[in-house]
Parts: sequence; structure tokens; C-alpha cells
Amino acid sequence: MDYLIRIMGPLIEGTGVTLQVFLISFVFAVPLGLVLALVRISRFAVPRALVNGYIWLMRGTPLMLQMLFIYFALPFVPVIGVRLPDFPAAIVAFVLNYAAYFAEIFRAGIQSIDRGQYEGARVLGLSYPQTMRRIVLPQVFKRILPPLSNETITLVKDTSLIYVLAMNDLLRAARGIVQRDFTTMPFVVAAAFYLAMTLVLTLGFQHLEKRYAVYDG
Amino acid sequence: MGSPMIDARGVHKRFAAVEVLRGVSLAVDKGEVVAVIGPSGSGKSTFLRCLNHLETVSRGSIDIEGQSLVATGADGACRYAPDADIRRICRRMGMVFQHFNLFPHLTVLQNIIEAPITVKGLRREEILPTAEELLRKVGLLDKQASYPSRLSGGQQQRVAIARALAMDPDIMLFDEPTSALDPELTGEVLRTIRELAEEHMTMLVVTHEMAFAREVATRVVFMDGGEILEARPARELFAAPEHPRTRDFLENML
Repeated sequence: MDYLIRIMGPLIEGTGVTLQVFLISFVFAVPLGLVLALVRISRFAVPRALVNGYIWLMRGTPLMLQMLFIYFALPFVPVIGVRLPDFPAAIVAFVLNYAAYFAEIFRAGIQSIDRGQYEGARVLGLSYPQTMRRIVLPQVFKRILPPLSNETITLVKDTSLIYVLAMNDLLRAARGIVQRDFTTMPFVVAAAFYLAMTLVLTLGFQHLEKRYAVYDG
Repeated sequence: MGSPMIDARGVHKRFAAVEVLRGVSLAVDKGEVVAVIGPSGSGKSTFLRCLNHLETVSRGSIDIEGQSLVATGADGACRYAPDADIRRICRRMGMVFQHFNLFPHLTVLQNIIEAPITVKGLRREEILPTAEELLRKVGLLDKQASYPSRLSGGQQQRVAIARALAMDPDIMLFDEPTSALDPELTGEVLRTIRELAEEHMTMLVVTHEMAFAREVATRVVFMDGGEILEARPARELFAAPEHPRTRDFLENML
């Protein structure tokens, strides 16, 4: 018990890092994903192709590679080359990568809305942006809650990848103690922490789904 | 005054290789109730949808209340009005769909006040009395807080009619308003449309309800194969159809 309390300090600190990376990434990746999705379904061919290529790149290469690239290789890229400290580098990698996945979720949601909704809005005089904002996206949001919840939970666990930038997230903190003390107890505690975080998210999403269940369709 | 509410001349519509409309011309005067009948695939719905720009025409001209929505010049080039004009012109027309197209995430009342607030910029309290009056008119005031999925098809369609009327249109277009309804629910919707006719709303109704067309319409248009074959006062057309295909169609329907 004493031992548990002693290792709690670094593990809680690690959880703090994990939560920060998760929350900041989530807050930026969701809106960016929505914008990408709207471009992808727009009638502008060139931006559409660019977004297609972007999504292909982001989903087609490992997140860890992207993170390493942004941290180690980006400073040497001409023009856009910039040297980012580890924390911002990690955030940028997560946002860019997850926005691609969120974009596909949004796109699927938007395309699942019946054409009649657009026509109904159009004959009432709503413009395309008004139709999106007032009619389509509120319905999309309800429909994509399950896949959005999936992806969000994955993001929590993917934050453990930041160990490659030598950042002390929950998992790296646990591994450090395991290697120092020759006990696997910190892994169990870390697992419990991850479970607690994903449980909160799961309950949150369940709550949202219930709230939106007041209407069908 | 003088110019018809709807004036369509030589409207052609082609989907890939299929010519759905082959030169449809129809003028609808103020206060007229025109029923469009004909077999499925005859182009009646497509014609209706061309009038409010849900479909674009391939050739032909359409004026709404004397304003040009689309015109085809002598050179055969089809020119639409600028987008802003199209929106302004089409806003003069309300439309009711076969599948209602109510917004499922909004309550009945919200469905009705959405466009007046978002499009016309009215404040909620400005449109609320109108909305309530319309709901009373279609007999659904007690359902104003319900979501569409809680209503029967007939009730949903009546909400859709009230929603269209809330924008205060000069013309109402109905695209098979009762075709998706159970037979016992068509009556309530037709009754609502009939009440509108009694108020002299200008209406164009694509329908399979022959009894309704006969009793409510001032004029009946029979379409087949993308053309208008007959357009005459309702009583005349039903009593003595001139075109053999109209006769066949009516015999099969009745």
C-alpha cells in the first residue's frame, strides 16, 4: 500500500501530460476534421483533390512516423521548416493525423443525410451554409456520435506514442518505475488510469446519445 | 397584374440520354388550382421541380410572377437568372413533397419558424402568432412541441404544408402530397389543400387522386411521355377526355 502511494506521484503527473495532449489535440482536430470534410464534399475540384491527398497521407503513414518527422525532420524542410519543442510537435502531429480520421467520420455522416433535407431547406429559401449549419450538421452530429466516441477513445490511448519524443506521459512514467523497481504493479495502475479516462469518455458520449435520442432519424 | 403567376414555355429536360420533358408549356393564373395527372414516369414531378429550380431545365423559359427564372434565346442557349435572383424568385413559391422532408431534429413548431427566422430574419415573437395560426389551421396546434417522428404521415404532411405557408408564398407546389400516405390518412391532407383552394391560393398539384383533382382543381393537365397532352377545366376533362391516352389512363385509374 505504501509502495502504491509512493509511485502515485509520477503516475499522476504522467496522467496530466496524457490528458493535456488528449484534450488539446481533440479540441483542434474535431473542427479541422469538419472543415476538411466540408471541403471534401464541396464542388471545388482542386481543394477537394488536395484534401483527398492529405487524408491519404495521414491515414497511410504511421502516426509515430509523422510525429518523428515533425519533431526531427521538419526543422530541415525549406520554407516551412520550423523547430518545434516536443509538446507542440506532439500536438501538431495528433491534430493533423486525427483531423484526417474525423474528416472521414464527418463526411460519412453528412453524406448519410437524405437529399430531401437539402431540398426541404432549399425550397424554404435557406442558403447552403444555412442548410449545413441549421439542418444538416445538427443531424450529422447525432449520427456520428458512435464512431466519434470510438476515435476519441483511441486518441486517449494513442497519446502514449509521445514517449518517442521522450515525454513523460502516463505509460512512460509507469515503464520507468517498472524498470527501476522490478515490479509490474505500475502497469496495473496505469491500466486502471487509462480505463478511468476512457470510462469518463464512454459515459459522456452515452449521455450525449441519450440527449439526442429525443428525436428519431 | 396581367402576367400569369407561372409561365413555362417549351421546357425540355434531359437526364443523360433520356428526354424527360419534351417541350412543356403551361401558364397558371392567379388563384388557379391546377392538378397535374398522368402515369408515373410521365415527367409531372420533374416539371414541377423545374419550376422552383430543384432541377435545371435543358431548354425553355420559365417566368414566375412576370420575372424570368430561366430563358432560352433564339441561339438555343439556356440562361438562368443570377443566383440571388433565383433565390428571391423561388422564395415566392412554397413546396410540399411526397416524403414531407420535415426536419427530424426540430419540433413541429421549430420546423415552421425555422425559415422565417433564418431566411427572413424575423424575430421569434414576430413569427410565433403566424405559426400558431397556421398550426390551428391544419389542426395540429396541440402537437407543436412534438418531433415529426411522433406524428402520423398525414399529420407530418400537414405540418409540411404549414411550414411552407409560414414563408407566405404566392404559389404552392405539391409534389404527390398523398402518395406516401396510408389511404385512410390522405383525406386529412386533401382537406387542408382544399381549404387553401377555397382561399384562392394559386396551386399546382401533381397527384394520383382523381377524385380530388376533379373536385378541387379548376384545371387538369394530363401529361404522358414528357408532354402535356391535354389541359382543360377539370369537369370537362373528366367528363370527356379528348386524347385517347387520357381516356386509357382515366379508365385504368377509376
